[in-house]
Amino acid sequence: MPLFAATDLTCLRGERLVFQGLSFDVEAGGGLVLLGPNGSGKSSLLRMMAGLLRPFSGGMSWDGAAVSSDPDLHRSRVHYVGHLDAVKPVLSARENLAFWASMGGASDPMGAAMAALERLGVPHIADVPGRYLSAGQKRRLNLARILAAPAPLWLLDEPSVALDRAGIGQLEAAIADHRRGGGIVVVSTHAEIALPGAATLHMDDFAADNLQHDADDQEFEP
Amino acid sequence: MNRFLRLVSRDLRLALRQGSDATVAVMFFVLCVVLFPFGVGPEANILARIAAGVIWVAALLASLLSLERLFQNDYEDGSLELLTLTSLPLEAVVFAKVLAHWLVTGLPLIVAAPLLALLLNMNPEGFPVLIVTLAVGTPTLSLIGAIGAALTLGARRGGVLLSLLILPLYIPVLIFGAGAIDASLSGFTARPHLLLLCGLLVAALPLAPWAGAAALRQAIE
Repeated sequence: MPLFAATDLTCLRGERLVFQGLSFDVEAGGGLVLLGPNGSGKSSLLRMMAGLLRPFSGGMSWDGAAVSSDPDLHRSRVHYVGHLDAVKPVLSARENLAFWASMGGASDPMGAAMAALERLGVPHIADVPGRYLSAGQKRRLNLARILAAPAPLWLLDEPSVALDRAGIGQLEAAIADHRRGGGIVVVSTHAEIALPGAATLHMDDFAADNLQHDADDQEFEP
Repeated sequence: MNRFLRLVSRDLRLALRQGSDATVAVMFFVLCVVLFPFGVGPEANILARIAAGVIWVAALLASLLSLERLFQNDYEDGSLELLTLTSLPLEAVVFAKVLAHWLVTGLPLIVAAPLLALLLNMNPEGFPVLIVTLAVGTPTLSLIGAIGAALTLGARRGGVLLSLLILPLYIPVLIFGAGAIDASLSGFTARPHLLLLCGLLVAALPLAPWAGAAALRQAIE
C-alpha cells in the first residue's frame, strides 16, 4: 500500500484553475519529481502536500488515513523548503538552525545544527550572522534545517536554486539517505537532481483546459 | 511547552539584537506625552487633570506603532509558513509572539509611565493604580492588536489599515484604564474599573490567539 497518496486533486488560485484531476502515490522510501513549465502548479502542489494550501477538491492520505482528518498531525510530519530561506539576519547560522531543530523536536538542538551544517559542507558558517551569508549559503542553511530534525516527508521546491555543483551532490546524498530510512521526498526542479528510481509527475498532464501556455514566462507566485 | 518557550526566547533575542522595535515604542511613548505640556501650556492643574488620559492614549498609540511588524518579518522571510508546519498549534505561535512582543514593548511603557506621570504633575496617590492599569491593560492591547496585525498581513499600507481596524477596539480598554486612575484620584474606589479591565484581559487571552491564528491561516494561503 502506498504511504502517501492523493486522488483527483484540483487546485484553484483566485479564479484560475491551476491543475485538476491530479493523482499520485508514493511508497515508503520513494521519490516523486514534479516537472512542468512555470505556472503549471508545482509550487502549489507542494504547498498542498504540506497542508499550507487546501485543495479545492480531492484529498490526500498518509498510511491509509485521510490527511484532512488531522491536518495538524500531517503538518508535523512535513519538512518543507520553499522559495524563501527563513534566515534571520541577526542570528548566527547555528542559532537559526538550532531554533528550527528544537521546533522539530531535536533533543540537542545545537549539536543537531552543527551536524547538519557539517553534512552540507558548511561548518565554517556556523557563527556567521544570517545577514552576511550569500544566497547559496542561505539555501544550504535552509536545507540543513531538514537534516537537523527528523520528519518522514520532505517537500523541496526547487532546492537546487543558488546551489553549486558540490551542494547539489550533498543534497542528493542526503535525499538518498533519507529514502533509505523509509522517508519520502517530493522535489520540483528545473535543474538536474538525481533521484534514482523516483517517479515523475508531468504537471502539463493535469493542466486545466483554460490554462494557456502563453502564461509560461510568468513566474507563478504562490 | 518547550517549543512555546523556544519561540518566545527566539523572538526576545531577535528583538534585543535588533533593538529598534523595543526602543522606538518607549521613545514614542515618552515624546508623545512630553508634547502635551507644550500644546496645552504649563498650567499645573490642567496637566494633572488630563495626565491619566494622556498617558493612556500615548501608551495605546505606542503599542499600536510596534504591532504592525508583529508577524511581518516572519511572513516576509518564510518563517511563518515553517512555524505553521511545526507541532506547535498556530494559536500557541500567536500567543508566544504576543508575549514576546509585550515583554519587549509593553514592560518598558509600564516602567516609564510613573516618570511621565510625575512630569504631568499627577498626584502620586494615583501611581499604584496607574501601574496596575497599564500592567493589565497593555497585554490586552497587544492581544487585540495581534488580531489586526494578522488580518492586515500582506496588505499594502497595512499600518494604516491596522489603526483603523484596531483603534475602535481599544476604546473599552482606554475608558476603564483612564477611568480607574481618575476614580482613585477623585477619592472613589478604582476596583470596578480594574475588574472590568481584568475581564477584558481574560476575554482577550483565549479569543485573540484563536482569531489571530485564523487570520494567519488566511494570509498564508
